[in-house]
Amino acid sequence: MNPRTPLLFAVMGLLLVYVGWSQSPSVALGLLTMCLLSAIMALGVNIQWGYAGLFSTGTMGFVALGGLAAVLTSMPHEAENWAAGGPRALFALLVGAGIIVAAVLLWKRLPPGTMRTAAVGGVLAVGFWVYRWLYDPATIAIEGTNTAASGYLGGLGLPILFSWITGALLAAAVAWVIGKISLGLRSDYLAIATLGIAEVIIAVLKNEDWLSRGVRNVNGLPREPVPYEVDLQASPEFIAWAEWLGMDTVEASSLFVKLCFVAIFVVVLGVLMWMSERAWTSPWGRMMRAIRDNETAARAMGKDVKARHLQVFILGSAILGMAGAMLVTLDGLMTPGGYQPLRFTFLIWVMVIVGGSGNNWGSVLGGFLIWFLWVQVEPMGLWVMDLVTGTLAEDSPLRAHLIEAAAHMRLITMGIILLLVLRFAPRGLIPEK
Amino acid sequence: MDILNAFVLLLNFVVVPAVSYGSQLALGALGITLIYGILRFSHFAHGDIMAFSTMSVILATWAMQGAGLSLGPLPTALLAIPLGIAVTAALLLGADRSVYRFYRKVKAKPIIVVMASLGVMFVVNGLVRFIIGPDDQDFADGARFLFTVREFRDFTGLDEGLGLRTTQVITVVVTVLVVWALFWFLNRTRTGKSMRAFSDNEDLALLSGINPERVVTVTWIIVAALITICGVLYGLDKSFKPFTYFQLLLPMFAAAILGGMGSPVGAVAGAYVIAFSEVAVTYAYRKVLEYLLPADWAPEGLVQLLGTDYKFAVSFVLLVIVLLIRPTGIFKGQTL
Amino acid sequence: MSEPFLIGQGMTGGYGGADILHGCTIAVEKGEIAVIVGPNGAGKSTAMKAVFGMLKLRQGKVLLDGQEITGLSPQARVGKGMGFVPQTSNIFPSMTVEENLEMGAFIRTDDFKDTLEQVYHLFPILKQKRLQAAGELSGGQRQQVAVGRALMTRPKVLMLDEPTAGVSPIVMDELFDRIIEIARTGISILMVEQNARQALAIADKGYVLVQGANRFTDTGAALLADPEVRRSFLGG
Repeated sequence: MNPRTPLLFAVMGLLLVYVGWSQSPSVALGLLTMCLLSAIMALGVNIQWGYAGLFSTGTMGFVALGGLAAVLTSMPHEAENWAAGGPRALFALLVGAGIIVAAVLLWKRLPPGTMRTAAVGGVLAVGFWVYRWLYDPATIAIEGTNTAASGYLGGLGLPILFSWITGALLAAAVAWVIGKISLGLRSDYLAIATLGIAEVIIAVLKNEDWLSRGVRNVNGLPREPVPYEVDLQASPEFIAWAEWLGMDTVEASSLFVKLCFVAIFVVVLGVLMWMSERAWTSPWGRMMRAIRDNETAARAMGKDVKARHLQVFILGSAILGMAGAMLVTLDGLMTPGGYQPLRFTFLIWVMVIVGGSGNNWGSVLGGFLIWFLWVQVEPMGLWVMDLVTGTLAEDSPLRAHLIEAAAHMRLITMGIILLLVLRFAPRGLIPEK
Repeated sequence: MDILNAFVLLLNFVVVPAVSYGSQLALGALGITLIYGILRFSHFAHGDIMAFSTMSVILATWAMQGAGLSLGPLPTALLAIPLGIAVTAALLLGADRSVYRFYRKVKAKPIIVVMASLGVMFVVNGLVRFIIGPDDQDFADGARFLFTVREFRDFTGLDEGLGLRTTQVITVVVTVLVVWALFWFLNRTRTGKSMRAFSDNEDLALLSGINPERVVTVTWIIVAALITICGVLYGLDKSFKPFTYFQLLLPMFAAAILGGMGSPVGAVAGAYVIAFSEVAVTYAYRKVLEYLLPADWAPEGLVQLLGTDYKFAVSFVLLVIVLLIRPTGIFKGQTL
Repeated sequence: MSEPFLIGQGMTGGYGGADILHGCTIAVEKGEIAVIVGPNGAGKSTAMKAVFGMLKLRQGKVLLDGQEITGLSPQARVGKGMGFVPQTSNIFPSMTVEENLEMGAFIRTDDFKDTLEQVYHLFPILKQKRLQAAGELSGGQRQQVAVGRALMTRPKVLMLDEPTAGVSPIVMDELFDRIIEIARTGISILMVEQNARQALAIADKGYVLVQGANRFTDTGAALLADPEVRRSFLGG
């Protein structure tokens, strides 16, 4: 391993310790959990980029799918809503999928010509009408039941850790469809297609209230095995333990919960890193990199490049889906409106590029560092603004505007960092070995 | 009588908005396709640069409105367009000199340049929000309607009316002028032809003595004009909100790819296809059907194929279909 | 004998790695047709590209009409009166035939209508198809566009890299006829050709290259008659 790597991680660790000292341990731990999560997302993106040179801008969509999976897996079952239209709605979805499959098969089997276009068009038109006839009454009924409290189908009521797996699976399934369509074309096209699918996924989450409550959000997601702070504060053993440590109970409970999450996330990250590193050095990994570096030669040697790319694309997206489920577990709520393209997709790309594209450790470092900067630039920006506007009058509108706008400094900073790294240190902090 | 009513409804809610939106998309897609054909990369910063140029025009417009300047029934913003173009050209040329030119020199892989445009996008996005904030801004003034729905109804005696907003008329007129001017430039001037040659066969163009940096500079300036005009027309017609311009990336790219990346004619054609599809698929046809069908066949629901929130999904589906069936697009652009 | 009009003398060099040319000399007189032939990988195209300045020479120099042009870029050499027709990718496919020719005359500041008419006179079918997209023409016609494009700068030397590659024998004969006509107007022709026999038949001077060095140099007719040349390169 590059001797720089442990050094850089040590620096990162020091930064977090500094935050813990200057602000509070709780803030530092909160930062650490998000850093870990960002590292996992960066890892997912790096698998697509570093192993296969795929540029996907749909990260946000796959993360959101993970959140959806968390809701669908672990929220309690809403029996009334289910009775109102659950089976019919799911049946409608199956029919819809079947129509599309039928149309695709017809397109492939029939010879080109007006017959084919007419047949496929007819199937789609009739199919769409049937689908809507099944779908609309069902969803309206579901949403109409218990609208304030739920108005949606709920989930399977399984432990939320299961959803981390289902999140990965759901993301993998969608990635398979997108990959099949846009891989094998020019690299830019994958970027545009994934940009589109992410927007569509978010649109579905925001509008299909019967599935995920839309913009009314889902909260109160369970989080076993991590305890809730209020439960800890009520437990006599914990109170005693906090006293023994000399800490305030509330603060101790918050720290304890965060430490639990940190522990679980570290385990997940560790497992993923171990698997990724094994894959990187395996014959499969070498073959992937050979394809990435010289696609034409690989194709000439008989490698099925498109299939390999699809594999990698699915793997990376699955990791992103898992991370999405983890994020929702951490927050305890799923807000479709919170999935912003800049925050998710492009920030994670900055993490991968800055950390060291093509290098798993680099992505982890990038995840830590960039998330850290993203959060810390805001108070730093405010501090700078305060300094700059110190000369202005207390109630000057310019001052108010500048202070308010300090938050947007983050975007500018991230952009400049990305440009500088791409230009002067394109291999990132920890280059590919 | 009822057929006329149905027709007027379709005109008012589908045809006119689609033509207007299609014209705006056409200007945006033209910029994207020019950059792809000549500079050979997908300009992801397009939407946010558009937000930036519209923002400059808005600020200038406010200044003008404050100073009492106006253009009568036309929006004052039109006066500020030349300034907007100048500012945008400066921004784009600056980005080219500081970011993209390096990658041209070292002949970097196209995907690296796309990533760089991502960085530019970040910075410009932040700048726009920093200067004007992320909220909706209104800068339209002047007469709002050429004629309103009510005036039309009174005039024709029909139940349904057609309203034409001045912004819609301006959009179409300006788009026709700009597209005509652009095509004239590309097909009839020496510089324009040299740009097409450069896009067609770069090595041969260099051999013929065509100056690559000059082609690049002219391209960015033309794109600056297209972006500014598109952004202002869209902002006048609908509204200005930075995030909306980012979202326009998808339909603009879909239009360019549908028409054939690198083909200006394709960009315009693709834009109208996308616009008409988006509007037609998300319109609620209930009233139209009520007019056309006998009374007992009247539909119950809205008869809307897709909700309006799924507008962008339409562009996406069209994009997917093009990629599946004919990736080179209608007018056979460049794929590689 | 007087100095040749164009000469690449003692050229040694390559594309950056190993040398491909080893002390190779190619020359052509005014109004003459010089042909470079040889087996595959002999460095024929490389030799011509070296004369045109598309690669850096480690040793040797290039003189045009007595003037040293070794340091000039290809574009600058076009300005000095050299024309070059690449083997592939030698037209602007989406532009019309006439636009292709216009682009050929790009560096000219004067009125080039006369030259345009001359090219149309030389290649009548191009006049017929002037408004058609060049990419839609047949292989032979595209080659005519490519040659016509290069002629638009009124070059003193015209260099062609395997002009008959991939065209039918009839088209090849026609092309060679045109090339002879062009040479008759006083333009020197330097040509790399795979079809050695037919090319040497019209050549005033022939250069047989093997592994980047001159092997046989003589008039076209003499080379065709030489039994050793025939045995090694012309199939007896």
